[in-house]
Amino acid sequence: MSSTTPRTSPEVGGMGHSIKRKEDARFLRGQGKFVDDVKLPGMLYLDIVRSPYAHAKITKIDTSKAMAIPGVLAVVTGELLKQYNLHWMPTLMSDTQMVLPVEKVMHQGQEVAAVLATSRYIAADGVQAVEVDYEPLPVVVDPFKALEPGATVLRTDKEGKTDNHIWHWEAGDKAGTEQAFAQAEVTVKQDIYIPRINVASIETCGCVAHFNKTDGKLTVWMTTQAPHAIRTVFALVAGHVGLSEEKIRIISPDIGGGFGGKVPVYPGYVIAVAASVLTGAPVKWIEDRIENLQASSFARDYHITAELAGKKDGTMQALRFKTIADHGYTDAAANPSKFPAGLFHIATGSYDFQHAFMEVDAAYTNKPPGGIAYRCSFRVTEAVHAIERMVDIFAKDIGMDPADLRKKNFIKPDQFPYKSQFGFEYDSGNYIGALDLAMKRIGYDDLRKEQAEKRAKGELMGIGISSFTEIVGAGPSKHYDILGIKMFDSCELRIHPTGKAIARFGTKSQGQGHETTYAQIIAEELGIPAEHIAVEEGDTDTAPYGLGTYASRSTPVAGAAGAMAARKVRDKARKIAAYLLEVAEEDLDWEPGKFFVKGSPSKSKTIQECAFAAYTNNPPGMEPGLEAVNYYDPPNLTYPFGSYICVVDIDKGTGQVKVRRFVAVDDCGNIINPMIVDGQIHGGLAMGLAPALYEEINYDADGNIQGGSLMDYLVPTSMETPSWETDKTCTPSPHHPIGAKGVGESATVGAPPAIANAVVDALWHLGVRHIDIPITPPKVWALLKEKGVAE
Amino acid sequence: MIPASFDYSSPKTLSEAISLLQQHGADAKILSGGQSLIPLMKLRMAAPKHVVDINGIDGLAYIKESGGFLTIGALTREADVDASQLVHDRYPLLADTAGVIGDPLVRNLATVAGNLAHADPANDHPATMLALGASVVATGPKGARTIAISDFFTGIFTTTLAPDEILTEIRVPMPQAGSGGAYLKVERKVGDFAAAAVAVQITLDGGSFTSAGIGLTNVGPMPIKATRAEKALVGKPAVESTIVEAARIAAEEADPAEDLRGSVDYKRSLVRVLTARALRLAITRAKGEH
Repeated sequence: MSSTTPRTSPEVGGMGHSIKRKEDARFLRGQGKFVDDVKLPGMLYLDIVRSPYAHAKITKIDTSKAMAIPGVLAVVTGELLKQYNLHWMPTLMSDTQMVLPVEKVMHQGQEVAAVLATSRYIAADGVQAVEVDYEPLPVVVDPFKALEPGATVLRTDKEGKTDNHIWHWEAGDKAGTEQAFAQAEVTVKQDIYIPRINVASIETCGCVAHFNKTDGKLTVWMTTQAPHAIRTVFALVAGHVGLSEEKIRIISPDIGGGFGGKVPVYPGYVIAVAASVLTGAPVKWIEDRIENLQASSFARDYHITAELAGKKDGTMQALRFKTIADHGYTDAAANPSKFPAGLFHIATGSYDFQHAFMEVDAAYTNKPPGGIAYRCSFRVTEAVHAIERMVDIFAKDIGMDPADLRKKNFIKPDQFPYKSQFGFEYDSGNYIGALDLAMKRIGYDDLRKEQAEKRAKGELMGIGISSFTEIVGAGPSKHYDILGIKMFDSCELRIHPTGKAIARFGTKSQGQGHETTYAQIIAEELGIPAEHIAVEEGDTDTAPYGLGTYASRSTPVAGAAGAMAARKVRDKARKIAAYLLEVAEEDLDWEPGKFFVKGSPSKSKTIQECAFAAYTNNPPGMEPGLEAVNYYDPPNLTYPFGSYICVVDIDKGTGQVKVRRFVAVDDCGNIINPMIVDGQIHGGLAMGLAPALYEEINYDADGNIQGGSLMDYLVPTSMETPSWETDKTCTPSPHHPIGAKGVGESATVGAPPAIANAVVDALWHLGVRHIDIPITPPKVWALLKEKGVAE
Repeated sequence: MIPASFDYSSPKTLSEAISLLQQHGADAKILSGGQSLIPLMKLRMAAPKHVVDINGIDGLAYIKESGGFLTIGALTREADVDASQLVHDRYPLLADTAGVIGDPLVRNLATVAGNLAHADPANDHPATMLALGASVVATGPKGARTIAISDFFTGIFTTTLAPDEILTEIRVPMPQAGSGGAYLKVERKVGDFAAAAVAVQITLDGGSFTSAGIGLTNVGPMPIKATRAEKALVGKPAVESTIVEAARIAAEEADPAEDLRGSVDYKRSLVRVLTARALRLAITRAKGEH
């Protein structure tokens, strides 16, 4: 399959065409239908009382003043839910999380009680009137202190639990790695903290739960990236109160950004469902922005001690990571169940190491749940940041240009498929090609000359590289499941008599443009114009079962299912065409849109003609109709990659870092819609700039959140964002039906280390080896002052 | 993010508005641009029982020169100041300031008068007006009175305005020949309050400073007029050594507190760096070179 020249005409709009997004017609007109747009007759509103303390015993909840407000119908408490055994719920990592507390709260902003009222305003008044008495308990914020002997044990609900350790996980070859380090000519070591951040999607979380007491059916419109999995979780968790899976319908309507933050089940959803089951009325719960920033699940929060061993000539030999993972008070991440640290062991990155070992220990602290995969396939961002920082430190310690060092150690194109030291089988790659293109685009050699001239004048300029390897498309059923459900995905494709189609998928777009790109995949396979292929997702009553959209898995898994379903349709259409043309199947050739008789191209039947015949003139003995289903279990993950180069200038008076240029070369295999890929990369780069220079959620010693509103959680705008320069190489995935790899997360993963490397590059000659992100002006200024170069 | 309930009035005249303020006293808040009041109400950090919306009163939005002053009306939006050719030509300090307040959406509604009357030391116009030596007109039941801006602020969120007075006009002295000004702000991202910001307005004659005003934003419990730094300039030649010394003194006059925007040392250093840079820019502008 050609990667650059489309096989189909623009009218068909198959792969490689930048057709406009079908969904934008409604989004641009403000006619999208999001959860908060759902309004049902008699709907009630829920608002949540939240804890001001990070750790405290609840001694009393007085609801009398709230209940006295006209329009307040009920105050739901943990004690009420306990009567139905719904006060705790399991997390996707088989830990447990409070829905509403009975004894104590474990983080600031935790749900304490919920007010049910006839209007959103009255619900808020009710929240203010609920009086809660707390008895503060010792707060554990630092995960290292949490793991010390004698630390206050937080999970007193877990019988026999005597510490705050959640799990230990390791991978790789410990003995071989130790030996390599012992014998190495050069070793470098660096503590690297990847701070806690929030996805801050433009739509907060929420739901409308409607339990119909007459037929016993529960319908929930929910901001979820994985509606089918949620339905099953509800059936498993609430089966004892009568919720049976065929009577649960989860609808994920238009979603305003998910980025991993809409995979978990939040207490608010469960409370709304419980309130609707108890009242029989529809109940709406919509988080406000501050609730979303303070109490939805967080990402990252990894404390990594990284070590790299190699030779003076620049050969990198061994890699070792020791990591403490801060999960807050419960492990509510959404990793494949066999991998509690996700795919963190992609950490050898783009390099051909001989030895590697890593271990991760997870800790409970008095913070909200952490560890979701923020626009990153399960801890890949953390891994890529650490390896790309370490490569730079190693290069500088041995006096080698970081680009030269990378090229020397890259896995070479002829080494694919490549088995990494941690056991992954990289499908394909051309890392040198991407880096060479990025260097050419940015003018690397000239920039190094400019830097030397500037440095002589005392000006601070830095150049940073990141040559990342992503790992997406979870995943093969042998290794990847969530709560035991294999991570396949699905497509049901039905061709109508007039040759138009509807395709339903087990995933759920949150802005990615699936309605367009899935249609393009099917258009490519069948030659039916993409504009005539309707795509639906997100309704568990109609869509086939799938694990949802996160971890860049839609194209690699569901996209493949779409292609495979289309091929099944094509196989049947071929039989019909042979019947109509009165030839044998083997005598037919296919070009997008029609079958024709070999050597006699004028004798042909279009796919539309075949579709019509399927309903009107089907061959004797053949079932009428033209449709197919595919549940795709991928044989491997896919490994998109790229090289990013960033140039920064530093203001010696203010400590401000200005990203002057940023070149991003991405390789995501074959491209479905170039315009959408560009959009994904632009957005991803902005979301990579964010943690590099701006975003961070901190807590003070008492567990009070710092930066818990958009006033202090610094989501960059177009004003902070440089003009991105993007380019691409194309190395198709050999195992994927359409050679695509997925692109949603590459830029978020690849950008932060390019920026961090550029800033450290600007300051290395002053003796600065590392700066933890976000690299804020006060942090830079303090270093400039320490080194005696501040203005 | 849901405000408590409140009553709302939309008077059509100034006297009607003032009588509403008299009637409701401390329970009333004036709504002009609403860019500070509405967020505070949404967070329930403010819960006025009565909101008096003055946006329906005619004749309060203008920018013009008269009687030796640039006069700005109570309902003049930041976007109007930013768009004013008069302001850009003759009051660069004011143009700089209007261009860095909030973001374009905020500036479309926010008013200069509201920015002053809210008296948040993090707001930008207080420092600007201190540097410009402006005055404000307060209109109440007994008519109008003029208050020098240096007498206007009394503490965090407090001013000498009486509960039944409305800030109806701002008066900025028209600049003498050889004047220039600049406002420089370090913010974490667009729309943020300043980590620190410095407003300077100077007049040059024969290469020396004949007048100087310096205002500091968000580096103390109140907007700061850096009077010692101003004194260090007047009568001195406009050369680097004078600038550096005045900047050093301005940093001493700052009284910042540590917060998420930075340490005390960082903010004090910012005041020094920004004062020097603002003075250099103001000098080029005074000389007509910018």
